[in-house]
Amino acid sequence: MKHLLGIRELSADQIVHLLDTAETFRDISKREIKKVPALRGRTVINLFFEASTRTRTSFEIAAKRLSADAVNISVSTSSVSKGETLLDTARNLQAMAPDCIVIRHQSAGAPYHLTRVCDAAIVNAGDGAHEHPTQALLDALTIREHKGGIDGLKVAIIGDILHSRVARSNIYLLSKLGATVSVAGPGTLVPPEFAELIEQGVRVEQRIEDAIVDSDVVMILRMQRERQTDAFFPSMREYAVHYGLHLNHLNLAATDAIVMHPGPMNRGIEISSEIADGGRSLILDQVTNGVAVRMAVLYLLAGAGKDGQEVSRDVNVVAESDETSRSVGGVRGRTRKPRRGTRN
Amino acid sequence: MRLLIQNGYIIDPAQGLNTGKNLLVEDGRIVGVLGYSDPIPEATELFDATGLIVAPGFIDMHVHLREPGHEYKETIASGAAAAVAGGFTTVCAMPNTSPVNDNAAVTRFVIEQAERAGLASVLPIGAVTKNSEGIELAEMGEMKDAGIVAVSDDGCPVPTAGMMRRAMEYARGFDLPVIDHCEDKSLARGGVMHEGHWSLVLGLRGMPAAAEEVDAERDCVLAELTGARVHLAHLSTRGAIEAVRRARQKGLHVSCEVAPHHWSLTDEACQGYDTNTKMNPPLRSQDYIDAILEGLRDGTIDAIASDHAPHHADEKALEFDQAPNGIVGLETSIGLAMERLVNTGVISLERLVELCATNPARILKLQDRGTLSAGARADVTILDPEMTWTFDVSRSKSKSRNSPFNGYSFRGGVVATIVRGRIVHLLPEYSRSVRGTRIELAAR
Amino acid sequence: MDEARINRALARLASEIVEENHGLTDLILVGIRRRGVPLANRIADKISDLEGTRPPVGILDITLYRDDLSTVGAKPIVSGTELPGDIEGRTIVLIDDVLYTGRTVRAALDQLIDFGRPRRVQLAVLVDRGNEHRELPIQADYIGKLVPTKKSEIIKVMLTDFDEDEGVVIVERPAAEAAA
Repeated sequence: MKHLLGIRELSADQIVHLLDTAETFRDISKREIKKVPALRGRTVINLFFEASTRTRTSFEIAAKRLSADAVNISVSTSSVSKGETLLDTARNLQAMAPDCIVIRHQSAGAPYHLTRVCDAAIVNAGDGAHEHPTQALLDALTIREHKGGIDGLKVAIIGDILHSRVARSNIYLLSKLGATVSVAGPGTLVPPEFAELIEQGVRVEQRIEDAIVDSDVVMILRMQRERQTDAFFPSMREYAVHYGLHLNHLNLAATDAIVMHPGPMNRGIEISSEIADGGRSLILDQVTNGVAVRMAVLYLLAGAGKDGQEVSRDVNVVAESDETSRSVGGVRGRTRKPRRGTRN
Repeated sequence: MRLLIQNGYIIDPAQGLNTGKNLLVEDGRIVGVLGYSDPIPEATELFDATGLIVAPGFIDMHVHLREPGHEYKETIASGAAAAVAGGFTTVCAMPNTSPVNDNAAVTRFVIEQAERAGLASVLPIGAVTKNSEGIELAEMGEMKDAGIVAVSDDGCPVPTAGMMRRAMEYARGFDLPVIDHCEDKSLARGGVMHEGHWSLVLGLRGMPAAAEEVDAERDCVLAELTGARVHLAHLSTRGAIEAVRRARQKGLHVSCEVAPHHWSLTDEACQGYDTNTKMNPPLRSQDYIDAILEGLRDGTIDAIASDHAPHHADEKALEFDQAPNGIVGLETSIGLAMERLVNTGVISLERLVELCATNPARILKLQDRGTLSAGARADVTILDPEMTWTFDVSRSKSKSRNSPFNGYSFRGGVVATIVRGRIVHLLPEYSRSVRGTRIELAAR
Repeated sequence: MDEARINRALARLASEIVEENHGLTDLILVGIRRRGVPLANRIADKISDLEGTRPPVGILDITLYRDDLSTVGAKPIVSGTELPGDIEGRTIVLIDDVLYTGRTVRAALDQLIDFGRPRRVQLAVLVDRGNEHRELPIQADYIGKLVPTKKSEIIKVMLTDFDEDEGVVIVERPAAEAAA
């Protein structure tokens, strides 16, 4: 894996490896010294074309806890449309030799354009309505933490599915790991074509009650005000009544169902305050897991896996019995051949 | 100056010709069709067309040549060079230049530039409304006098049915066809690709097929109301093609064209966000390709037009939703038609000539084109149905490189293009076919 | 070394550790992943046999502290570190299978310090390949067996926890790898 552009192109194995790695990184954030030297001397650029304090901060903390140098670049949309193109920006950054570029962009596919001109590992931190892979990974980590696994779970995703990169990445990830997904929301924002987004199929419901029944996980998406002005629904008030999550909805779900929201929340619109603040809401756990997942992604892309071709386990067995920086050349003083194995 | 195209196979649906004959051309006009063994007049240049198809010069009735105003994308000269390299002896230039071709001065400029370039004949299409804004009618009469062959607001389709009705009624008075790019903008809603599975996967805003179908239906209804000649451009949807089929059955003067990329690629090609797969109408799913093939087979579709739309590499290097619509198409049109339509048995070679020459001339009422009958302009396209070739966009005659077909291989292609009796394009591999006097090739 | 000799070496290490530290007060054994971990547990068992109480055992995963990150494989497994409680002021015995260049121990020390300030850190290894291979000033306090080896050789420690057999063998480095 050289880049993380989306969940759609990942295998179940790759996803599980990312989640397993993230789990060990979660412990680092609980230590007094929340830092390991794993990415010392590496540079991570957070290139954000859309305002997002939460995701940017999460990536920044993740990079710093791995000892990488994190640089934040926020580009306002207006200056882009007047000035430098995305590719020119990317070429300029590439000239500074970063190891990883984390990009958030309002245009779907923007991270793909970056891969054409940059050697750095590209991490998609949300591109238009396309994908938001680290969000799906942190959601999965949170679900795994509370449910023990993902296989066989029923997950309902509620809200503006059409414009949601979070919904797409989650649909891919959860179904690859064996969950069944249903979606619901206003007819204008939940096209029936979503039923065939993936091979396994997605259940598309008109009423959110039908999606939530018996589900183990209820994911609520943020409703954006501009959808009202674009005439996707008449008013936030009506949205809250018909598509907002209330306690009586939650009673339809499994008794131990959990509630998630990618934030930032509109309390009283897509989610009622008593649910947001209630014991079944894992919204803050999601934030904590966000750092761990992003550490895992940065570590595997900007550090460990960087030059890597897949290493066979046979090589590892030999290497393991030896010391860390075993020199492989025959004669002392010869150029050291890099060690290829992994110490576990 | 005389040219005899010998031993070829002549296909001219206008005369019902589909036979091995020689074609004699003199002073820019067709003299006539001769038997292989008929005596050859003296001082005649010879083109040995053994094994080749000799057809009336192909007409691409829908191209964007960008001049005046956007000469960095294409000029009339470079566009005309690309046209003859692609086998087209006549192209019709859409009016969305800067300034828009909505008055006789711009029309005359386009014609003069084309005459200066030689090569392909360029026939301008005038705007329907001033500045293509859909508010006031453009001066169609003046433009017709200056040389336009049709009117269209192409990329900025006439927004209201009321305005379109006036346009049709007025154009009818000058016997000008109204060409419409069918797109209901309120339905397309700024979509950047076909609305369907792939727009959901890619997270790109989709424009539904209905946006084209609604407008096509509207235009057919108005064609009935006004009795005008209506031509629907680059149709890409099943519903629009069916609308034309029904209108035709009613005897209305409705015709339509399709573009090669719409039968060659599906919206799956947008995966990877290559902006050379972005055009309007967009690439659609397989079901729509099937509808286009049906329409080509059963005769509903009258013409093949490339919608040649050059854009500079820097413009196409933008994010997918920011990049401009369109691809260059003049030099791949015939290759894609041979490869995907003729070789696969969807249409015959004769039907190909009909789609590329006979029908465009009929729709635009170009009396002396689209046929090899005696007295017609000596515009000839010579094809080799067996040659294999690969499209290399870096060697295109167009100024732009925005093609999704770079590296595609084809069986069957254009060998030579003859405009008014002059050989303006000849593949080097076939240069030995020509004997006699000097060959005038288009300089690059 | 066969299974019996490994066992005897570990028993000796256990008694040396107890003796040197005058009992078990404040003692924590920390195995370095992977093979240091079962060794630490076995030594703890043997100390338990001797003293009647078992010292706490921790695990260090040094992956994130390595100094050769760029050459780690494409799919490294980070297994995590587990320490039994606060290490502040305790005596830590790091345990690993082989001491060679000393870099693993350096990484382990760095990581340990991030968790607190132990009073003392000691090092126990089953096999010491000899001082001449050392790339850092690091020595073991307790050595199961000193095995002087050439660079062209590999020490294979096999433990039933991970391998079919148990024992320590010296093998020639595969020709392809040695030539590389």
